[in-house]
Amino acid sequence: MILQAKNITKYFHDPETVEVLKQVDFAVEEGEFLSIVGKSGCGKSTLLYILSTMDTDYEGELDIKGKRLNGWSQNQLARFRNENLGFVFQFHFLLPEFTALRNVMMPALKLGKYSYAEIEQRAMDKLKMVEMEAFSHKMASKLSGGQQQRVAIARALVNDPAIIMGDEPTGNLDKVNSQRVFEIFQELARKNHQTIITVTHDQDFAAGSDRIIEMSDGQIITG
Amino acid sequence: MKRSLTLEIALTHLLTKRKQTIVAMLGVTFGISMFLVMISFMTGVNDFTKNLAMEEAPDIRIYNPLEIEKNTIIAKAAPDTTGNLYVVHHQRPKNVVPKLRNAIMLAQSLEAMPEVKGVAPQVATQVFFNNGPIRITGSLLGIDVKRQGELFTLARKMDAGQLIDLLGINDGVILGYGLANKMNVSIGDRLSITTSEGSILMLRVVGIFSYGLADFDNARAYATLATVQKVMQRDPSFITDLHIKMYNNAQAKAMAETISKRFGVHAEDWSTANAPLLAGESIRFAMTGIISFTLLLVAGFGIYNIMNMNIINKLKDIAILKATGFESRQIVGIFLWQSAIIGVLGGTIGLLLGYGFCVALSHTPFPGGSVVRIATMPVNFNPQHYIMGFSFGVITTILAGLFPSLKAAKVDPVQIIRG
Repeated sequence: MILQAKNITKYFHDPETVEVLKQVDFAVEEGEFLSIVGKSGCGKSTLLYILSTMDTDYEGELDIKGKRLNGWSQNQLARFRNENLGFVFQFHFLLPEFTALRNVMMPALKLGKYSYAEIEQRAMDKLKMVEMEAFSHKMASKLSGGQQQRVAIARALVNDPAIIMGDEPTGNLDKVNSQRVFEIFQELARKNHQTIITVTHDQDFAAGSDRIIEMSDGQIITG
Repeated sequence: MKRSLTLEIALTHLLTKRKQTIVAMLGVTFGISMFLVMISFMTGVNDFTKNLAMEEAPDIRIYNPLEIEKNTIIAKAAPDTTGNLYVVHHQRPKNVVPKLRNAIMLAQSLEAMPEVKGVAPQVATQVFFNNGPIRITGSLLGIDVKRQGELFTLARKMDAGQLIDLLGINDGVILGYGLANKMNVSIGDRLSITTSEGSILMLRVVGIFSYGLADFDNARAYATLATVQKVMQRDPSFITDLHIKMYNNAQAKAMAETISKRFGVHAEDWSTANAPLLAGESIRFAMTGIISFTLLLVAGFGIYNIMNMNIINKLKDIAILKATGFESRQIVGIFLWQSAIIGVLGGTIGLLLGYGFCVALSHTPFPGGSVVRIATMPVNFNPQHYIMGFSFGVITTILAGLFPSLKAAKVDPVQIIRG
């Protein structure tokens, strides 16, 4: 078990107090490719950001890699994310002033576990994996949406995180690019035994994953 | 590695927003260069006027001031009628003899004091300078040539002739530059002086001095003690002033009090004699401080604004950096580096520019007119001002960058990413 969430409850207070997550309980195994689906407003994204450790304003318990993360400081959580979690968002969020390669290297430079040359090599490997090595020295702002999303995936992978989280990673992509992203994720889960947790509206994408959790009104209804 | 990563991101941000960076830098540059010009010029003017007045002025002057008798003569005549009220209208000052009692002895005991560098005796009197039909009032100062030369700057202020030439002939005189001009006399010419008592003496001009201050140059003449004593028809022990130079003129005030008490004479120190000058100096200094501070503050606000805008533009970047594991202090670092670089670069250019302005100013002719004789603007080149300006500038920019940076570190990535 790589991730376990117990009794996760969250309220939104603005404009009025609403319970968006109602005692959500679930666990994810290592190497699992998990999709969370549900209608807009069912709380699936909110749940993902709690799992991502970026949102700490909730009740309940969250364990990732056997560590209880409740009560950790923002800086401790940042270091934990840097080493163990990778993110792919609907909007790619690359740093526009840097090259694709530099963007991918960034989290590894922050981690500081490898030498500069090794980091560059690893970043190139990840770019190869998403078939973006030809664009490595292009400015991020000059890449197309699909290309940027693949660079963002390479960035999410550079520190070999245990869990990769995606918030609508294909939401902004055409059919061909969506298929590619799906294949990359599948490969990561099968070959590298990395855990994938994505929130998606994409029926085909969800159908291809190992497990689907369906949410409605802040609760898990199936999965 | 981590630190250089934040520096790298900061540099990239600065280089991609070149115009904005330059505008922010110019704020610091102008702030610091104007600060330097102002403070260098102000202190230059202060030092110039102070030197003018101070070099020739004694640290302590001993003389007999005019006094009004405090006790009325009636009270003196009938001391046992205490309690009675006497009213004397329009009492006249008593006749004060300007002669200092035992001046030579007093000078000797003063010179024995360890703080005293030397004592120069003087005989001062008001005279008319006559040359043909012209009569000009002025003061004739009898000096001890050797001591005056040692303790004061007169010997170095000579336009023509030399101070020691006074000793070479009988009844020589050294005139102020303005005075000599008005009477149209030069070295070797003769002129006569008339005292208020009516005695007349012919003097030969042996030198012309110029302090650069109209008050002195237009109305002063120096002769030997003996010459002045002769024209006043007094004996060689007649001395009106003792001018004391100290090793450290900061002690003058305390010393003047000591001398007054110990010898029962009127001793006045330079800060009392030049109170208006010193007041002017402190007012100028306060104004320089306020204006310079305002300049740097305005530059600081400019940077604060630019950094704030910068951070609003970079919210997405901040969110992604935080999501991928950058800690608060590294986010602060990225933006603090930017303002520090702006501060240091802008400050360095400001120092160079300020120095350039100061050099240009020090070569600018100064329209002193007839009041002060000075060729160019007085400008100080004090390294301390440069260090001060630079550190003020850099500290202001870093402070101006600090608050926006701390705000950047508080950005909630979830809010930005979810939109």
